[in-house]
Amino acid sequence: MIGRSLFMAVLVGSVLAAGAAVAQDPAHGPGEEAVDAYAVADANAGATPFTGTAMFEAFHGRAGIDRMVDSMLDGAKADPRTAGIFVATDMVRLRRTLKEQFCYVLGGDCGYTGRSMVDAHDDLGLQPADMGALIEHLQNAMDAENIPFRTQNRFLARLAPMRRDIVTR
Amino acid sequence: MDRRVIALTLLVSAVTGGAEAQSFIPEARAGGKLLLTGGVSSIEGSGGGGIATWATVTGYGEEDGIGANVHATFVDLPDYQFRTAGFAVGLWDRVELSAARQAFDTGAAGALLGLGQGFTFTQDVIGVKVRLTGDAVYDQDRWAPQIAVGVQHKTNDQGAVIAAVGGQDDQGTEFYIAASKLFLAQSVLVSGTVRLTNANQTGLLGFGGDANDDREAQFEGSVGWLLSRNLVVGAEYRTKPDNLSFAAEDDWFDVYAAYAINKHLSVTAAWADLGSIATFDDQRGLYVSLQAGF
Repeated sequence: MIGRSLFMAVLVGSVLAAGAAVAQDPAHGPGEEAVDAYAVADANAGATPFTGTAMFEAFHGRAGIDRMVDSMLDGAKADPRTAGIFVATDMVRLRRTLKEQFCYVLGGDCGYTGRSMVDAHDDLGLQPADMGALIEHLQNAMDAENIPFRTQNRFLARLAPMRRDIVTR
Repeated sequence: MDRRVIALTLLVSAVTGGAEAQSFIPEARAGGKLLLTGGVSSIEGSGGGGIATWATVTGYGEEDGIGANVHATFVDLPDYQFRTAGFAVGLWDRVELSAARQAFDTGAAGALLGLGQGFTFTQDVIGVKVRLTGDAVYDQDRWAPQIAVGVQHKTNDQGAVIAAVGGQDDQGTEFYIAASKLFLAQSVLVSGTVRLTNANQTGLLGFGGDANDDREAQFEGSVGWLLSRNLVVGAEYRTKPDNLSFAAEDDWFDVYAAYAINKHLSVTAAWADLGSIATFDDQRGLYVSLQAGF
């Protein structure tokens, strides 16, 4: 009797856990902390993607974008101006969603599964100077990836209007 | 009892967590703008290009910070030397306060004009600029430029000479509206300003004249091509009134390169064509300006 109850409890528990995992996918990757449920949509990326694959190729495809995002975030985490932003941030999730976002905006064959720019930043309290500093780290990362300056600016022009959603004070 | 302890623990951790996050992010921040996006120092001390004022607020302070700089500019012309030095403050990317002292040294031409060798007009310019709307750098999804309005009050120390050549006043006030836009996807900056002025040679030869005394709308504009984060090259044009009958006044033109070593030091070099000044034609020469600040 006790054994059957325990079995049922374990079964119900594992079904619930599986159900929760299914509900979070694809918005929740392995090794990431839980986030409140949200509607997954490419529109959450907050920018119209480039048409064609020229920009995606200019940024050396997914491998180049992955290197660039890692380099940008490593630089920003090591910078005293911006390190505080990442103290309470799930870096596993941020690296994944930022790579998705850049890949999507650059016209790569990627979907964006992260939250909207408003929702992703509303608790961070970022200031205008933070936006500038983060762009500088992105520029450094693009330089390291040998992206030509004018090509960098085409990409930055797509990201720049996000400042209105990212900066909240 | 247990519940109260848990609630207290949560409260304490929330407060300390909040305080910890706050301590990482100071309220007032310097240097929030990207390199060169604060512009350089114009000859009148306002933020802009060299001979054109822009809608940008000088310095590297964003809306959460202030910026300030000092500058010195030297223009070597065939018959004159023009020197200016000043300082400016940008407050929260909203208000700009500027002051500049200009010296227009007539050199050998002074003797020929009957003023004496090395006769120098000195003019002080104080200015206020307020950004009304728009963001020249970040509003990349909109056509609307950044727009600012400003006032400059200029005081020339050579009232007697100005009166002798037909000038009406040794001081004047100018009003302007400026619109600036960075077309980031094209790496191009465009700026245009309309200035209501009756200044002769921007006030170096006084204000108003025997031919005209009223303020007129004049245009000054810049284009710039961003070649790297540190370097912009471009051209400027400035129209001017022609108030004095003794000497025709020409529009000004220059081609420039501005190089920011970092957010604290920049160098601007230009080739400037200032046309005819006080009957001496073809005043073309090298323009060099240094700016230091934050």
